[in-house]
Amino acid sequence: MTARQNRSIGRDLIGIGAIVVAATIGYLLFPDNLALLTRIIAIGLLVLSLDLVTGYCGVATLGHAALFGSGAYAAGIAAAHYGITDPLLMTFAGILGGALAGLICGVVILRAHGLPQLVLSISLIYLFHEFANKASSWTGGSDGLSGISPDPLFGTFEFDLWGQTAYVFGVVLLLAVFTLLRLLVRSPFGMLCRGIKEDPLRIMAMGASPKVALIKMYVISGAVAGVGGALNAISTQVVGLDSLSFTQSAESLVMLVLGGTGSLFGALTGTIVFMLFEDYVSAANPFHWLTMVGALLIAVVLFAPKGLYGTAAAFIARRREKRT
Amino acid sequence: MSAVFDVLNLKKAFSGLAVTNDVSLSMAPGDRVALIGPNGAGKTTFVNLVTGNLRPDSGEVRLNGETVTKIDAIGRVRRGLVRSFQVTRLFQDMTPAEHVALAILQRDGRSGKMFGNFLSMPDVMEEASALLGKLGLRDLMHRKVSEIAYGQQRLLEIAVALALKPKVLLLDEPAAGVPQSDTGRIEQALADLPPDLAVLMIEHDMDLVFRFAKRVIVLAAGTIIFDGSPADVTKDAAVREAYLGSYANASHAA
Ligand SMILES: Nc1ncnc2c1ncn2[C@@H]1O[C@H](COP(=O)(O)OP(=O)(O)O)[C@@H](O)[C@H]1O
Ligand SMILES: [Mg+2]
Repeated sequence: MTARQNRSIGRDLIGIGAIVVAATIGYLLFPDNLALLTRIIAIGLLVLSLDLVTGYCGVATLGHAALFGSGAYAAGIAAAHYGITDPLLMTFAGILGGALAGLICGVVILRAHGLPQLVLSISLIYLFHEFANKASSWTGGSDGLSGISPDPLFGTFEFDLWGQTAYVFGVVLLLAVFTLLRLLVRSPFGMLCRGIKEDPLRIMAMGASPKVALIKMYVISGAVAGVGGALNAISTQVVGLDSLSFTQSAESLVMLVLGGTGSLFGALTGTIVFMLFEDYVSAANPFHWLTMVGALLIAVVLFAPKGLYGTAAAFIARRREKRT
Repeated sequence: MSAVFDVLNLKKAFSGLAVTNDVSLSMAPGDRVALIGPNGAGKTTFVNLVTGNLRPDSGEVRLNGETVTKIDAIGRVRRGLVRSFQVTRLFQDMTPAEHVALAILQRDGRSGKMFGNFLSMPDVMEEASALLGKLGLRDLMHRKVSEIAYGQQRLLEIAVALALKPKVLLLDEPAAGVPQSDTGRIEQALADLPPDLAVLMIEHDMDLVFRFAKRVIVLAAGTIIFDGSPADVTKDAAVREAYLGSYANASHAA
């Protein structure tokens, strides 16, 4: 094994350790607000999923909540209409729902590039939203889908009012997804996608099809967002139309840019900072919270265009280079 | 020897102006052909037409006897028709090792693998470092492309093309933009190309052309005006006129 590989495995372990530490700190700081932390994890999965197509592959989308919401509805409908209330099976339903939505969105969005691509993605999220609204006998329409009561996890741990089970379940899901994605982005397929982002024509001159690779990535991205959606359905026991909204899509893009695109840590950092900030500022000053978020975002884009994590990582790398 | 690459009566016009005008040529394994001609003669367009990056108005392209005119660019690469670019197209954030490994994995149908890393694939690493070593790039194999010199980037373009194990290689000005002092390495790389590979090279540097090519094709205004030995090309009246004409035009325009 080469030093290079050891270093990247070391980084994986640090990453897993960092998530565990952050999760523990969160638990100690906000023991009464585990619901918020669980929601941060669910949205974090959405932002990770967005990072896969936007950060790693360069696809422009403002409709990514379609994947998240489809996962949430799939898990919710499985429980409310089919009596599939085992949390693991619900998560699996979410993965399938998200992956299917990913396939549909990928096939449509990847037909265009640049601005037309963005417009297609916006149209799609409105279509998904409207479809869920109209299919109210399945989705509960604007009232939301209720009647979701997941079984205890492994038959033992109840999803109770305190939200401890949901939180721990969320942390474990996040760790599993994070580990798999670390493997993915370093794999030959991950390398291919980085190439596609930079120059699809060059990739074609190597005999590979950018289209096929990007659709695969969209399906994977859907599965990841679907885990997030399912977690949200299981932990809150309702699914609302807002999970399938343009606002949610746009916010997740904001979180990704805030943290830094093209890095899994960037996606997670952006989500945590944005959502804690939102929670804090909207409680302190509900009228001006959007103004504050706007100001924060402008500051980051102007002064740290690589995002919070990206800028910090670049700074540390530069210092390390100077020392050697 | 039977032809590995045939172009038959290829035609392409941009808004009425013929840029490729009834071009035909044929190459056998091991051929070393230089395609020359004044700027704007249609050399790059010709490459784009045969690789499938542009669609011809009429005519045919054959690889190993198979007509590929209706097959897309990706399919032609997979059948062994590989090109390099006049202006290097490399991934700035990736290393030479990553470039070559990606090409090897793609060639073997392994570029879709979603786990593992090429660094831990001994066969890939061995082939990549052998290839990069031959081109004098082994010491740089883990640097980012953005950090290596342009001449080295040109060599990497050749390495990527070779990693695909082509049957026909189209090199679009492989020494363009490289300082005269550094062309030696590129010339060496060209001399070391696999002997059974059919190579068509577009190049302006006539010294390079004469040392490399056994056959020279001259394109002017989209038409082949000369196809013969390097020894004869300088004596050809039509060729001289084409070059003189283009210089005359250029000085008019300037
Ligand atoms: N996509 C295009 N659309 C219109 N004209 C083009 C296009 N590509 C090339 N041309 C024209 O075709 C002619 C040949 O160009 P090119 O093949 O690049 O020449 P060369 O490589 O021999 O210098 C030039 O006059 C150029 O302006
Ligand atoms: Mg040219």
